[in-house]
Amino acid sequence: MTSFFTTFGIWLSALFTISIFSFLYKDNPLYKFSEQVFVGLSAAYWLVNIIYSIMIPNLFSKLIGDFSGNLILLIPAALGLMMLMRIHPATQWISRYPIAIMIGTTAGISMLRYMKSDILNQVTATMINPFAASSTGAVIGNILLIIGTLCGVYFFYFSKKQEGFFAVPSKIGIWFLMISFGATFGYTVMARISLLIGRLEFLLGNWLHLIK
Amino acid sequence: MKISSSTERKIIYSVLFIAVALPLLFPIGWKTDVSGYTRMAYDLIEESPDESVVLISFDYDPSTMTEIQPMAEAQIEHAFKRNQRVIATALWPMGVQMAEQAFSSVIKNYPDKQYGIDYVNLGYKVGGMVTIQAMGRNLSEVYPADQGGTPYAELPMLKGINRLKDLAWISSLSSGTPGLKEWVMVAGDSYGVPVTGGCTAISAPGFFPYVNEQRQLYGLLGGLKAASEYEGLIDRIGPATMKMDAQSIAHLLILIFIAIGNVKAYVSRRRVAQ
Amino acid sequence: MKRSFPLVFAFIVGFLVLLAEFIPHRPFNDLISTLENWFMIISGFAILLGQISLIRVNSQIIAHKEENWQYHLAGMISFALMLIFGLLWGMREAPGLLGSGESFVNQMGMKPFDYLFTYAYMPLSATVFSLLAFFIASAAYRAFIIRGFESNLLMITAVIVIIGRTSIGSMLTGWLPESLRFWHIPNLADFIMEYPNTAAQRAIMISAGLGIVGSSLRIILGIERSYLGGDK
Repeated sequence: MTSFFTTFGIWLSALFTISIFSFLYKDNPLYKFSEQVFVGLSAAYWLVNIIYSIMIPNLFSKLIGDFSGNLILLIPAALGLMMLMRIHPATQWISRYPIAIMIGTTAGISMLRYMKSDILNQVTATMINPFAASSTGAVIGNILLIIGTLCGVYFFYFSKKQEGFFAVPSKIGIWFLMISFGATFGYTVMARISLLIGRLEFLLGNWLHLIK
Repeated sequence: MKISSSTERKIIYSVLFIAVALPLLFPIGWKTDVSGYTRMAYDLIEESPDESVVLISFDYDPSTMTEIQPMAEAQIEHAFKRNQRVIATALWPMGVQMAEQAFSSVIKNYPDKQYGIDYVNLGYKVGGMVTIQAMGRNLSEVYPADQGGTPYAELPMLKGINRLKDLAWISSLSSGTPGLKEWVMVAGDSYGVPVTGGCTAISAPGFFPYVNEQRQLYGLLGGLKAASEYEGLIDRIGPATMKMDAQSIAHLLILIFIAIGNVKAYVSRRRVAQ
Repeated sequence: MKRSFPLVFAFIVGFLVLLAEFIPHRPFNDLISTLENWFMIISGFAILLGQISLIRVNSQIIAHKEENWQYHLAGMISFALMLIFGLLWGMREAPGLLGSGESFVNQMGMKPFDYLFTYAYMPLSATVFSLLAFFIASAAYRAFIIRGFESNLLMITAVIVIIGRTSIGSMLTGWLPESLRFWHIPNLADFIMEYPNTAAQRAIMISAGLGIVGSSLRIILGIERSYLGGDK
């Protein structure tokens, strides 16, 4: 037998779902209420997760378990507390140190990873022999791939004025981008519809038990 | 008869609502083709050795679970079928709960699979790309314990698994940043671990360049359709397959909307010209 | 000094990360490993800062009784409720300050924190995003209009992909003979995704990648310093 709390939970879910959908008719108090509850729950979820998934296992447990062996962890703890100084305008400058360390680390890692994955490997993947493919379709595809990539990059190259003959690759680049945006629109439709299906499945199935 | 813009919008919303609801109430059971990208992701898992330890990263939250949760369940089931042992991690905090739900759904068909021996949920870590890089050096340093507090060293299936390189494959199921892109960049391109993954349909077009001869990404599951294709490959009638009828009808409706919108625009242009 | 020292810090850590990539030996790899673990802990505090800011902003709205303050109060109450549940009885497997709340688990089937997540947060999150389905349907009707060659390209591709990624696409041209399989709509959609789409996305990727590498270098060298905020 389904427990009271499960039934209550499903009704609560249905109420929230309908409240959010009510926005489609017009903005109303029920929607505004649900929206703010969503913000509140989301923030608390993040906070509690940070405590249980990061602060306790990666900081406090290590310090409590072996304080002298993990003394070095006091540095990130101090830097973290310095980060919180950002709250007050007078102490805001203190937070620049942890921010600088985070931004510096991210910049270093991003530079290396993007250079390899998004530049070098992509250039290598474009430098292919188009005629080595097994079918005519793949040969045409490979030629399109090379032309499209080169013209697309050329389109994004703003340092030189593109006119006359020099505007041709740019134009071709735009065509490829349009094809890609069309495909992206198609995929966006797919994504959004899927999310709606999920909610209707809940309402018609879990709540109203109309889906067998 | 002139219909106001607001009424027009409400008609569109109502028709869409009905078009999605009807196939859910009265399923049709249409079949779909399997794309090469889905097969590539399937092959990676299928061809990885039995007993190997693999990692699935749950980098999404409930907002996109309709699309991604079926992929998670299908990949876990496929790994279990192959006797592979699954580590779940999350770069999104809500991913931990998603992992738990996926395991509890699949485990119903695999009651002999045990926590700590066949699968483990290590939980969420903040930091994205930097954290993956740290996992590549030392997994237990990043995850001193699983999400229930059991120390890393006491989880039997993690014996001998010290860093990402010890894994047979990694799959990131992602709906944004951090997610699949970061796994490709660090785990795949930097540490050389085969990476596959799934994402929301909306972000799928941006991941296709990674599926190339460099093997940056082994296939890609993009959206609910790919999830249903994967379910078909492992002979599972799962949540994605059951939703595909509604998806197809809604797509058809969107095309009808586009057509009507264009006819209307053409007529009004003609009227202005006259 | 309040600005220069942090810039030096950013330079040192950024440079160390780069150095460790090319000299993956001691002491650099150890240093980077330590730095990565610190990063995770500091990021945790950064998220904490975000939550504190949210509470502050909402508290001000409630205290000054600004427009819609009642809804913000509801948001703060739900925040407090979820936080208290999480801290007192924990979440999932993790125990809280008062243990694991066995009596709640026996009655509700799960901890109070997980209950709120499952029955309030999950439906709210999923429904907020599902609203976009209606908006995209409306956009398809109003804005997806053929105007010229380029919009034609966009439209044709979108239509092929929308049909090709459904069962209808498979059925419409499923009867085509093997020699014409290229024109089978799902195959056509796959072709578009694999070649022209990949080409355009790759061009975006390479161009954006160059931009990211450039700005990372500017940050490490201290040329880009806007992340430090004002001059105070």
